[in-house]
Amino acid sequence: MTVREPGERRTEATVLLLFGLTGACGLGLLVVYALGGQPQVEGVLLFGALGGLGAGIVLWGQRLMPTRVHIEPREPVGGGPEAVAGLQEPLAEEAGFSRRRLLILGLGGALASLAAALAIPVFSLGPAPGRSLFVTAWRAGRRLAPEGGPPVRADEVPIGSVLTVFPDGDDSDPNAATLLIHVGDRPGQAPTPDQFLAFSKICTHAGCPVGLYREQDHVLICPCHQSEFDVLHGAQPLSGPAVRPLPPLPFRLEADGTFTALGDFPEPVGPSFWDMKL
Amino acid sequence: MSARPGPASGALRWFDDRTGLAPVVRAGLRKVFPDHWSFLLGEIALFCFVILILTGIFLTFFYVPSAAPVSYEGPYAPMHGREVSAAYESVLRISFETKAGLLMRQIHHWTALLFVAVIVLHLSRVFFTGAFRRPRELNWLMGFTLLALAMALGFTGYSLPDDLLSGTGARIAYSAALSIPFVGPWLAFLGFGGEIPTEAFLARFYVLHIMLLPGLVIALIGAHIGLVVLQKHTQYKGGPAREDNVVGRAFWPGQAFLSTGLFFLTAAIAALLGGLFQINPIWLFGPFDAAIVSSPAQPDWYVGWRDGALRIFPPFEPTVLGSTIPAAFIPGIVIPGAVFTAVALWPFIEAALTGDREPHHLLDRIWEHPGRTATGVAILAFFSVLTLAGGNDVLAFSFGFELEFLTNAFRWLALLLPPVAWIVTWRLCRARLREGERRGPPAAGRAVRRRPDGGFEEVGE
Ligand code: FES
Repeated sequence: MTVREPGERRTEATVLLLFGLTGACGLGLLVVYALGGQPQVEGVLLFGALGGLGAGIVLWGQRLMPTRVHIEPREPVGGGPEAVAGLQEPLAEEAGFSRRRLLILGLGGALASLAAALAIPVFSLGPAPGRSLFVTAWRAGRRLAPEGGPPVRADEVPIGSVLTVFPDGDDSDPNAATLLIHVGDRPGQAPTPDQFLAFSKICTHAGCPVGLYREQDHVLICPCHQSEFDVLHGAQPLSGPAVRPLPPLPFRLEADGTFTALGDFPEPVGPSFWDMKL
Repeated sequence: MSARPGPASGALRWFDDRTGLAPVVRAGLRKVFPDHWSFLLGEIALFCFVILILTGIFLTFFYVPSAAPVSYEGPYAPMHGREVSAAYESVLRISFETKAGLLMRQIHHWTALLFVAVIVLHLSRVFFTGAFRRPRELNWLMGFTLLALAMALGFTGYSLPDDLLSGTGARIAYSAALSIPFVGPWLAFLGFGGEIPTEAFLARFYVLHIMLLPGLVIALIGAHIGLVVLQKHTQYKGGPAREDNVVGRAFWPGQAFLSTGLFFLTAAIAALLGGLFQINPIWLFGPFDAAIVSSPAQPDWYVGWRDGALRIFPPFEPTVLGSTIPAAFIPGIVIPGAVFTAVALWPFIEAALTGDREPHHLLDRIWEHPGRTATGVAILAFFSVLTLAGGNDVLAFSFGFELEFLTNAFRWLALLLPPVAWIVTWRLCRARLREGERRGPPAAGRAVRRRPDGGFEEVGE
């Protein structure tokens, strides 16, 4: 076709302009890159370059090419019973499978045992769970210390504050993370010398660290799904999806003001698993 | 036809002499593509994947999948001297020191969000038009698997920067795996290499993210498109379209130009988003620290619904025959698993319900199959409620609601909205159907012929 409609010529000019935009933006990208780069400018220039090209090509195809409607016949997918029979013949009958039942069984057994043997190394991927979900790094006699620091003293934790502590000198076990809370005088109870409580920091719902403490009503809040735990009542869940209380860490307040663990948590920390009570 | 030397005839000749494929390629060029914007969604998903591969390759040159501690000495001053993982440091280096690195990273992340979104739209189109019916059940299953793989790719990628948020996401996935009765602890330990957080998991997620999962996606996309070529496209009713033909434009040049242009336009949008809109600024979140979580921790949009399910499911942890059913099990595994399985098997469920096992190449209009449309809308409503519930703390904060009240409201909505949506949709479809019946038989049953002037006329049965 050599005859050009005026509309066609206008479209041609537009397409050419769009391609020109691509060229200009591409050059711009080179310059920006050479000058040290700037993400926003790069993004906009790349948008211009790619967009010009894309719009130009679409316009060319839609406006300047024949838009003839093609109608193609559609045969049914699949050749029906004859085709299947024709396939079965070389596949099964020639090989004589129906006469070799025993061999087929044997082959199946051999393949299954080989597959099992080859699948076994999957167990190299991780240690056996064993008892590891039931224990943390806490042992009787270990002192409570902030991550990487010396053992904490009672006078370093003001009333109403929370400190994340680990066994002194060993913060290798993240699941030992414990919240040491100075609750002050317990309402409704005679003031006691030990106004400190310690609970596992790992949420019993899905294992997020329980990070927020609301001082007025002594509530610990897990930011992941908003479980709330009542600190003054054994960290029982108040609301949210958690069911088990945060396990308490047994400890003693020493004469020098430090805290010593009396043992590990009495039950597994973190999210539940099926055999935790077996 | 005379052997007129056309463009590139020498090269074509050379090609055909060695492969004999000229007629096959010719047939390919003539392949007919029905013309409707909704058929382009799948193509856009493919283009997103191509962009992900290209930007992803760039990122692999700089990323270090290692949890080894290093002291940060780069140009981002607030992080100076802090001990971070080598992975986190490498992502900071990509963001601040590699030229065009931040742009690539942000394009990659934005495109990942688009990728899943476009797949969901494409799947919805296929669902609501009944394109999954015989003979296309296999392609539905493959498309569904591709959606699952895309989400797995997004999740593994989200975990790689080893920042505060990504660690939280991995931890919740670990806890969901741990919650499965009998096999949970083994599964979680094998998958993550022990009790989380582990050093092994970054390297594993990296291999999954850049090799195993993309490999599977490439293979499945190939099979998915291959089946479309073998079975030919479905098409909407109307005009000359019938069950035994395909009406549309040829691959060459019409569709080829449209698709190529669309690829560049998709890339252009991704570039604009990646350039102008900050995403996942991990330097603000800080490095991963098992003892810290930032609030509110918002995941990528397509995992929000699972977060929502975990948030609003009531506290429930029964002990059955001595074994514990963990609180995360039902909302984190059972409900998503059940809904996803139902969606995956929908072609077979629908065939069993309707008894319709005939091949279909003409698409339904959305109201023509009220039960199906209502079910699809109900499922979308369910996921929307869960996704909103995943932001209940943000909503409570921004609109001044009590969190407790919002959580309860979402519980009721999750239970009631899907059935209500089902009934409303069903009735709307029925009303539209009845109106159509009053107006006479649908156009699909009539044969038409093209008039010389380009219009169509009916020719009777
Ligand atoms: S992990 Fe704490 S509420 Fe879910």
